[in-house]
Amino acid sequence: MHKILIVGEHDGKTLNPATAKCVTCATGIADAQISIALFGEDTSAVASQAAALSGVESVLRVDRPENAHPLAAILAPQLVALAADYTHVFGPSTSFGKDLMPRVAGLLGVAQVSDLMAVEGAYRYRRPIYAGNAIVTVESDPSRKLLATVRVASFQAAATGGNASIESKALNVALPTHTRYLGAKSGSTDRPDLQTASRVVSGGRALGSAENFKLLFSLADKLGAAVGASRAAVDAGYAPNEMQVGQTGKIISPEMYMAIGISGAIQHLTGIKDARTIVAINKDGEAPIFEVADVGLVGDLFQIMPELERLIGT
Amino acid sequence: MQKIMVCIKRVVDYNVRVRVKPDASGVMLDGVKMSVNPFDEIALEEALRIKERGANIEVVAVSIGVADAQQQLRTALAMGADRAILVQTDAAVEPLTAAHAFLALAKKETPDLIFLGKQAIDDDANQTGQMLAAIWDRPQATYASKVEISAGKANVTREVDAGLETIEVDLPAVITVDLRLNEPRYVKLPDIMKAKKKPLEVTSLDALGVSAGVHLKVLKTEPPAQRQKGVIVKDVPELVAFLKQKGLI
Ligand SMILES: Cc1cc2nc3c(=O)[nH]c(=O)nc-3n(C[C@H](O)[C@H](O)[C@H](O)COP(=O)(O)OP(=O)(O)OC[C@H]3O[C@@H](n4cnc5c(N)ncnc54)[C@H](O)[C@@H]3O)c2cc1C
Ligand SMILES: Nc1ncnc2c1ncn2[C@@H]1O[C@H](COP(=O)(O)O)[C@@H](O)[C@H]1O
Repeated sequence: MHKILIVGEHDGKTLNPATAKCVTCATGIADAQISIALFGEDTSAVASQAAALSGVESVLRVDRPENAHPLAAILAPQLVALAADYTHVFGPSTSFGKDLMPRVAGLLGVAQVSDLMAVEGAYRYRRPIYAGNAIVTVESDPSRKLLATVRVASFQAAATGGNASIESKALNVALPTHTRYLGAKSGSTDRPDLQTASRVVSGGRALGSAENFKLLFSLADKLGAAVGASRAAVDAGYAPNEMQVGQTGKIISPEMYMAIGISGAIQHLTGIKDARTIVAINKDGEAPIFEVADVGLVGDLFQIMPELERLIGT
Repeated sequence: MQKIMVCIKRVVDYNVRVRVKPDASGVMLDGVKMSVNPFDEIALEEALRIKERGANIEVVAVSIGVADAQQQLRTALAMGADRAILVQTDAAVEPLTAAHAFLALAKKETPDLIFLGKQAIDDDANQTGQMLAAIWDRPQATYASKVEISAGKANVTREVDAGLETIEVDLPAVITVDLRLNEPRYVKLPDIMKAKKKPLEVTSLDALGVSAGVHLKVLKTEPPAQRQKGVIVKDVPELVAFLKQKGLI
């Protein structure tokens, strides 16, 4: 039997959908017994959401004031203590999981599989390297604990309807004081979340200004879509960093991805390979984005966007 | 603050389109352009800016890799690092091994700060800095987009999925950098000449007491699934018709 512990990601109120995707990944391992660990100040609300994920047997709550913000240095020793009973420890390949999991692996002295995209066995997995230009199959030693971050864009969320046990864990672990949370800033909007939206409209350098990005917002609102951006657009200050899609931004898998004025650099394409349908709008018919687009329109985005917005929903 | 260590990895240049070998044994690296990992250039630039603001800080560039990684360390010296250390090995070095080698160097060098890239663009692991911080038992501030140093502390703004987060860490600490932290400087010819005279020490994993164990065996390397090239429509009404037919709008 394989005992898999998944670190749940949440904001105190809502379980991040990345967690449900990690569950699906874990159910791909034969004889898996799956638990979810939740760290927070008060995880009661998210614990019931985690317990409802089908395939999960138990939810372990670790509530203490120090866990109010997910600082890797604080959470890692606690996760190490919980991990003692498990063969595998998985976290999502979100900024939360990528920060935390290698610290846990370091403390445990074991390797980590980053961005696990397919399960081929309890100790055999596939993962991307070189910005997704190659896929390696890796195997680890079954006698050692295996840590992994799960590439969430590769998995569907687990269904709900489960009824896992919920248990509070009091861990007797000394926590470091060398790391302190000061604050956070997010450009949060009412728009759908980029990582889970079924439709995403993204803009590139060609938008030319933050002002012009509003055209994109307006189109996105019409489509009920989340908004993304290329690195060039973020670097130029047209869009905030949390909108960046790609190798070093978010890896997403929407039903529809619309790339507007984005050339399609490899680093950008890495982030959208799993989109069901890619739509490209670019004035350069030779732009690499057209190599991967399911449908492309060559032309000036400033003419196309208003017309598109008008024709949608007619 | 007296010393900053910066980890510099030699990787395939980010402009190269990497191809997989037909026998699935790896990627083709013969004759391919190699460069400093782009994140590591940013890490070094940040260390140099801190040095230039403060007094008497030594910046040490360190790398683990083949003998030719001296080229990337020379680039680091030309950018402004004071000296360099190469841990020379032909073995494929996993993040955990790299972290142990950097820990051994940190124990010798006792830096106040260690800068790394947030990820190496070859293995895309995004692990080494966090592992190093763990085994060094020091704070980590990953994905930094702003770093402010004050007495014994660093105030770091981090790029996270929800936006920006700010944390404060006591020094010594490990900081891994993101792309928007700064724009690395260009290296000028006279600097390249000067860099030739700067000290570059070569050591080995053995000398540091680190074994290059393989924890993850790579069984095969394959190209990714290719997307089919789609259709080009001629105008917006055709695009809308396509999307409607697919049930997307
Ligand atoms: C280590 C590393 C990591 C990176 N990570 C990422 C990442 O995560 N995400 C990312 O996106 N990039 C990333 N990049 C950057 C990437 O290489 C590209 O530079 C970037 O994606 C380019 O953005 P762009 O397509 O918006 O701009 P450009 O490449 O400048 O393309 C603009 C496009 O707009 C088109 N255009 C111009 N005007 C119009 C118009 N009026 N109407 C229609 N089309 C028009 C042009 O034909 C062109 O194709 C990374 C780079 C490095 C080195
Ligand atoms: N062999 C190496 N030599 C120098 N630096 C390295 C090496 N391996 C990893 N690093 C550093 O660790 C960072 C993250 O690498 P990785 O965990 O492999 O994605 C890189 O950006 C480098 O700063």
